[in-house]
Amino acid sequence: MSVAEAQAPPCAFCMAMRRISMAVLPVLTVVSVIVAIWYGGAYLMNRWVTLDTAQRQGVELTFNELFADTMAQERPRLPAPHQVAAELWNTTAGEELFRERRGELRPNPRNLLFHAYQTLAPTLLGFVIGSLAGLLLAIGIVHNRAMDLSVMPWAIASQTIPILAVAPIVIVVLNAVGLTGVVPKSLISAYLSFFPVVVGMVKGLRSPGAIDLDLLRTYSASRTETLFKLRLPASVPFLFASLKVGIAAALVGTIVAELPTGARFGLGARLLTGSYYGQTIQIWSALFMAAICAAILVAILGLIERATLRRMGLNR
Amino acid sequence: MTVISANSLDLTFQTNDGSVQALSNVSLDIEKGDFVSFIGPSGCGKTTFLRVIAALEQPTGGTVSVNGMTPDEARKARAYGYVFQAAGLYPWRTIEKNIKLPLEIMGYTAKDQQDRVNHVLQLVDLEGFGKKFPWQLSGGMQQRASIARALAFDADILLMDEPFGALDEIVRDRLNEELLKLWARTEKTIGFVTHSIPEAVYLSTKIVVMSPRPGRITDVIESDLPRERPLDIRDTPEFLALAHRVREGLREGHAYDE
Repeated sequence: MSVAEAQAPPCAFCMAMRRISMAVLPVLTVVSVIVAIWYGGAYLMNRWVTLDTAQRQGVELTFNELFADTMAQERPRLPAPHQVAAELWNTTAGEELFRERRGELRPNPRNLLFHAYQTLAPTLLGFVIGSLAGLLLAIGIVHNRAMDLSVMPWAIASQTIPILAVAPIVIVVLNAVGLTGVVPKSLISAYLSFFPVVVGMVKGLRSPGAIDLDLLRTYSASRTETLFKLRLPASVPFLFASLKVGIAAALVGTIVAELPTGARFGLGARLLTGSYYGQTIQIWSALFMAAICAAILVAILGLIERATLRRMGLNR
Repeated sequence: MTVISANSLDLTFQTNDGSVQALSNVSLDIEKGDFVSFIGPSGCGKTTFLRVIAALEQPTGGTVSVNGMTPDEARKARAYGYVFQAAGLYPWRTIEKNIKLPLEIMGYTAKDQQDRVNHVLQLVDLEGFGKKFPWQLSGGMQQRASIARALAFDADILLMDEPFGALDEIVRDRLNEELLKLWARTEKTIGFVTHSIPEAVYLSTKIVVMSPRPGRITDVIESDLPRERPLDIRDTPEFLALAHRVREGLREGHAYDE
């Protein structure tokens, strides 16, 4: 074998495959371990019902029969992964998004995507309101000593109040002044999402060092100029970290807002009806839909973050 | 013509451990076109003095005038450019945008801004690097960019606070040489803080020796070296004599006691 052959670079295809497997293998490993534990848990938690039924009918079960039944119960204590996956598939791809009712084309409430939309719309609105409020509060805190001393304790106190207790009050009060629909839900999600933005942005706006600030003083820059030319750009990395936490909190806020208020649509409503009727599979599929939504939202923010930081030359 | 004039300046900082006298009875006149170095150990008040001139600190006693105005007025009249110990370039701005920062605040037109950027980039020998981000440049180039930023608007005073302190000897030599050429070309008045004796002697027309506790001036040395200074002037007897006198001044101020 010649030296040239030995040092020939590996083919591009092999390199690509290796890179993909390097990225995918660890994820696959973790996922399969979780799924295995889940199946084990489903078997252990569901077998009592099966054994009980079999005993009452006087039937002796083989292990295979027992296992097969724990994986296919209608209302299992813990649904098996494939049951949840099937439910997710059937309630999204298996259902029309719109259907004809009383001569009109209306969204189909059997479709989980419709409920996801019902939750996502107030989540996004609440996220925008909460982030803007958080940003403004942070700017106030950094620029005003009275706000610095007074706002933060209240912001922290606001997060110690159980949102589950506040949500019905907010809905009732807003309903009394004629606000219904998306707005009350989004205000509750804003209530949860403003906090990480305040904390992160106060830190971000205060991140410039003494030299950076002195430099602007030598130019006799105003406070507004200092804010826009130094403090805000310097806080962008902090902002995105806060927004990612904030948007997840906003989603939780919307779902929680749906629980005690008798909402008919939305992922929270699905959780609620699921628990009323013991539909564990429906609960789990709603939970997974919520997790998928959160993952997508955070991923979108991640993409915006990467693009922004690249434009700002901060992605080293 | 006297550009900067300090008269029995005092400055006392109040700290948690009591008060610290950073400047005590400091009087000094700086003439137009002078290159003045402030040398002394840490805590001798050389940086504080520069910051008083720049109106970044307020003296507790005495007076100081810059271009016949108070430091505050002088700053608002764009009398000086300030170069800090670290380059202090904003990492999210390209070199060009960093140089434009003071110009944006001072309200220059877009075209004027670009012309000035091109001019100062050429002055500090950084043509072609305008579109780079600071982290893409070496430490020496970053410091040159920060000098360009201080030169971008028409201040005739340049205040430099240990601008080359963080750079290695070789880069520092080159930048010293370039700084002298820049000074000759722009005819600015320069105040330069350092704690390197060769640097102070090589650059200055006037060397101010300072000493700590309390921060005060112990000697002011007028240099008789020619304005044109190649690097090897540092091996001449005249140079060594000046360096010796600076060292003596530092010793008298007990700068070496600890």
